Amino acid sequence: MIIYEQAPALIVVIPLLSAFAINIFGLYNRNTCFPIALLAMAATLGAATSTLVRVLQTGPISYRLGGWPPPFGIEYVIDHLNGLVLVTIAAVSLLAVIFAKLSVEKELPEKIQQFYTLFVLLVTGLLGMTLTGDAFNLYVLLEISALTGYALIALGDNRALLASFNYVILGTIGASFYLLGVGHLYIMTGSLNMGDLFNILPALYATRAVFVAFLLVLCGVWLKMAFFPLHTWLPNAYTYAPSAAGCLVAPLVTKVSVYIMIRVMLSVFSANYVFDVLSLAGPIVWLSVAAILFGSIFALAQTDLKKMLTYLIVAEVGYMVGGVWLATGYGISGAILHIVNDALMTFCLFVFAGIVAYKIGGQKLSDLQGLYRKMPVTMAAFTVGALSMIGVPPTAGFFSKWYLILGAIEAGSYHFMAALLISSLVNAILFFRIIEIAYFEPKADHHHGTESSEAVISEAPFSMLLPLLVVAVGLIVIGLYSGTIVSNIIQYSLPAGL
Amino acid sequence: MEYLVSHYNYWIYILLMMVGLYAMLAKNNLVKKVIGMSIFQTAIIVFYVSTGAKREATIPIIAHGHGHDAAHAVIDAAHYANPLPHVLMLTAIVVSVGTLGVALALCLGIYRRYNTLEEDEIQEQLQ
Repeated sequence: MIIYEQAPALIVVIPLLSAFAINIFGLYNRNTCFPIALLAMAATLGAATSTLVRVLQTGPISYRLGGWPPPFGIEYVIDHLNGLVLVTIAAVSLLAVIFAKLSVEKELPEKIQQFYTLFVLLVTGLLGMTLTGDAFNLYVLLEISALTGYALIALGDNRALLASFNYVILGTIGASFYLLGVGHLYIMTGSLNMGDLFNILPALYATRAVFVAFLLVLCGVWLKMAFFPLHTWLPNAYTYAPSAAGCLVAPLVTKVSVYIMIRVMLSVFSANYVFDVLSLAGPIVWLSVAAILFGSIFALAQTDLKKMLTYLIVAEVGYMVGGVWLATGYGISGAILHIVNDALMTFCLFVFAGIVAYKIGGQKLSDLQGLYRKMPVTMAAFTVGALSMIGVPPTAGFFSKWYLILGAIEAGSYHFMAALLISSLVNAILFFRIIEIAYFEPKADHHHGTESSEAVISEAPFSMLLPLLVVAVGLIVIGLYSGTIVSNIIQYSLPAGL
Repeated sequence: MEYLVSHYNYWIYILLMMVGLYAMLAKNNLVKKVIGMSIFQTAIIVFYVSTGAKREATIPIIAHGHGHDAAHAVIDAAHYANPLPHVLMLTAIVVSVGTLGVALALCLGIYRRYNTLEEDEIQEQLQ
């Protein structure tokens, strides 16, 4: 029972301590790194799931670290919103660590220990950011996840160093803006606890300092989530990262930043302030329309598989930011559901890119020729991910898009609806192009007979296939149960009156 | 004018921030960018620390807090500097040192690979 009570803290403590264990045992034997990381991620998923179940049964949990009461001590708050995000993070990290085993052994044979240490620390940062109910604690965990993210990306190939350096510069500006915004809030209210801020702030809504604080925090989080036009660091950083790092960073980091934006908007400030007192919603929805169109069009222009996926992330961030700022129940539900779905879809596609890099060595779209015959299972899972990206029912991607479109209609933002539809069309073109390339055999060489082009089935190894298949099945299952998720979990995270 | 003078600490931190931001975005040399980043973070630290300071206030340790007099002594918060921003900044300093370390390590790796730290020369080599 004690473990059950302490589960909210264990979610952060387990991956944090496993980082030390990996470092110490990895010194003696490199082969211990993977099992420790795997165990830690599995235990974290267990703790996260039991916490979510507890929230569903008894309502939001407040966990006092060290027993200090909230406005003074640091508090972890788990409600329906972050319970869902926590389980998503933990599940994707567990699958990513399974995928990472062979990929890391091939791409980074010298740096296995460093990779897993950074990996679990990044997960620690992401989970901590999601759990915390303290605005300054969030900054520290934001930087933990950012610093480990920079290092993980820099482990990649030649161009990764420069890409990571640009990420350091822009990421630091983002985190500093957030810190400055929190400073303004502290000056105005004398508190750093989110719940406390939520109660004190309404009296100060008219002041300019609170407005500036909100803008600073918003801009800082936008930089971290690569919201157009602050996205410039993302495509290169995620393209040149090692495959295994990309599978963790690309699905989760931007999504957690979107979660933080929602948390700050609804739990530090309030829906009333953000949507009614400020008149920012219109321009921000336009900005997310620009993000969606820009991301889609640039994705269309890429010939490199991973780079194409990174531009799609930019577009997807536009979906979520726009959905939240539609200020309708459907829009916010769609954005929250899309955090989960997009994490899984992006993971699916990046694992596919990782398998392609592992088996074929290239990342160009033209390298994919003949893959349907060579790797039927991998391609089947990829097709599910692609259909979900396009938004074909019954995959998960369809339902979040459906909610976003309903939200757009409810809010009368037809330009946002048009952008969603255009982006779906562009995704359809993108992925059917890949499917078409992969269906056809590479051009047969004249010197070889037709016999030799009879490709042999050469599937990806099981440990790489497993996460891909799990997530592909997950995309369909979540799609089928999305109504249940919305009515049992997401509905409770909406602000009253929406 | 009085507004400017009475809030001079804020003007200093805005100035420092802009210097840092300019260096981060406009400089061609990677180490200069890192220096700009450091100035930028320091500006925010200075901002926080200055918010905790008060005139005529002392360090926030209650003198003679123990013993018989403790019950009689009236403690007025206005006589003590606010320690919280300073403590927060200890953490922020640690974070900024960590960021600086990562950034410099990246610069080192870039220099070993490209033999230069000028961004335009690296871009030329990447073409």
